[in-house]
Amino acid sequence: MSHAPLNITLNSPDQTAALAQTLAPKLGAGDVILLTGDIGAGKTHFARSLIQARLGYAEDVPSPTFTLVQTYETGDTNLWHADLYRLTSPDEVVELGLTEAFEDAICLVEWPDRLAELAPKSALSMTLKMTETPGERQLSLSWTDDKWSARLRDLSFD
Amino acid sequence: MVLGMSETLTILGLESSCDDTAAAIVRKSTGTAPEILSSVVHGQNDLHAAFGGVVPEIAARAHAEKLDISVEEALAESGIKLSEIDAIAVTAGPGLIGGVLSGVMCAKGLAAGLGIPLVGVNHLAGHALTPRLTDQVAYPYLMLLVSGGHCQFLIARGPDEFTRLGGTIDDAPGEAFDKTARLLGLPQPGGPSVETVARSGDPKRFAFPRPLMDRPGCDLSFSGLKTALLRARDAIIAEKGGLTEQDRADLCASFQEAVVDVLRKKTERALKEYLALSPDNPVLAVAGGVAANSAIRAGLETVCAKYQTQFTAPPLKLCTDNAAMIAYAGLERFQAGHQDDMHLAARPRWPLDKRAPAMLGSGKKGAKA
Repeated sequence: MSHAPLNITLNSPDQTAALAQTLAPKLGAGDVILLTGDIGAGKTHFARSLIQARLGYAEDVPSPTFTLVQTYETGDTNLWHADLYRLTSPDEVVELGLTEAFEDAICLVEWPDRLAELAPKSALSMTLKMTETPGERQLSLSWTDDKWSARLRDLSFD
Repeated sequence: MVLGMSETLTILGLESSCDDTAAAIVRKSTGTAPEILSSVVHGQNDLHAAFGGVVPEIAARAHAEKLDISVEEALAESGIKLSEIDAIAVTAGPGLIGGVLSGVMCAKGLAAGLGIPLVGVNHLAGHALTPRLTDQVAYPYLMLLVSGGHCQFLIARGPDEFTRLGGTIDDAPGEAFDKTARLLGLPQPGGPSVETVARSGDPKRFAFPRPLMDRPGCDLSFSGLKTALLRARDAIIAEKGGLTEQDRADLCASFQEAVVDVLRKKTERALKEYLALSPDNPVLAVAGGVAANSAIRAGLETVCAKYQTQFTAPPLKLCTDNAAMIAYAGLERFQAGHQDDMHLAARPRWPLDKRAPAMLGSGKKGAKA
């Protein structure tokens, strides 16, 4: 079943972080979030905030642009933070082990267009867009898997 | 087997933690400078230019194949026989797991087959010890590691002893250059292309932010800079429908000036912390591809001159990923009595300074796990 996209205006980087922190404890193995947006839209900022919230202790969360994937142990679930910008074919996604991670880890994936047909159907899609106002972002969430509906119900900012 | 009073050690080093695959042979005799007998790098730079981007080598299999070729070439180039190698040094992390694993497996095979010691090396330690390989810099020295994936200030006190004074809390400068190039339609890698275009630009036209400048400490941040650049670019496009050559040059020059300013200021702070140790001959060494940028180099040299500190940067081919640095770091670890066994594991994450607090920007809290 397809759901109407949920649109949220995030007034500041802090509000983006707050949303990530709210979502963080609701995630579990097999949850995939696809992060779409231009350079500077705040994809890594969102991912970093979510990872730090899940870890519960201070840890470096470097940009994955060069390493492609950074993995973290959060509780009993591994978390993969991937930046697929540099990939040229979906074969490389398999080679990275990402398709396996989709099954048993929490995955935050930047530049998910590189996944093509490998993008999991159960994923939550998030699109971040810059607006005219500095620091503000327009966030659009869409999903088809019902599991996200309840988790996203109380995510709203006024 | 530990180096005695007047012995010679010959180390074969392997590196495959990033996009490149490399093998090298380094030799050192007691009391003499280390010598690079061969250094082979199978990179993808030619391929990159064709694709307009940096194509990562993900396949462990591809690394493994290139490792075999690299080792053969390194041996042939040096004229050294496998039987003359005293130990195998290999990058055991941090990096992309497939590549690191291939290197570790290859090294284990060689060490077991030849019956010689195996030494696991931290890729970052390889970079950080390069000034000792090239210039015999004495401990302790201040190190700025600045590349596509890394940016940190370290005090190097020994082959396994590093104190991190600070680093980037988000993007590395090399990444900022690459993304600037992406935003302005310039070729990859972004470092050289942005620098070239910046030469004809006005660095004062755009007042880009200097993040974390007003905050104490040596942490850096470059992520906001790219957002500011994007806004400035879009404002020009909205106003006149596109970018002129001059607009692009001014954007590059203003961006580069912001990076230089931040690095200069933070280097000054790091230098003050380092000089408090009263080193006999203070040295700032810079390694990593970003050290090739002449504006950044000039900025760092100015700071060093102000504090009577020697500035050194290894030649570029030893600043970017290579195996000579791994062979050399392995040599120092081996001399210090360190050896690994067949349980040596590939480590995707491996901080150089395990005691340093994590870099979070907004207040350092808690110990590193």
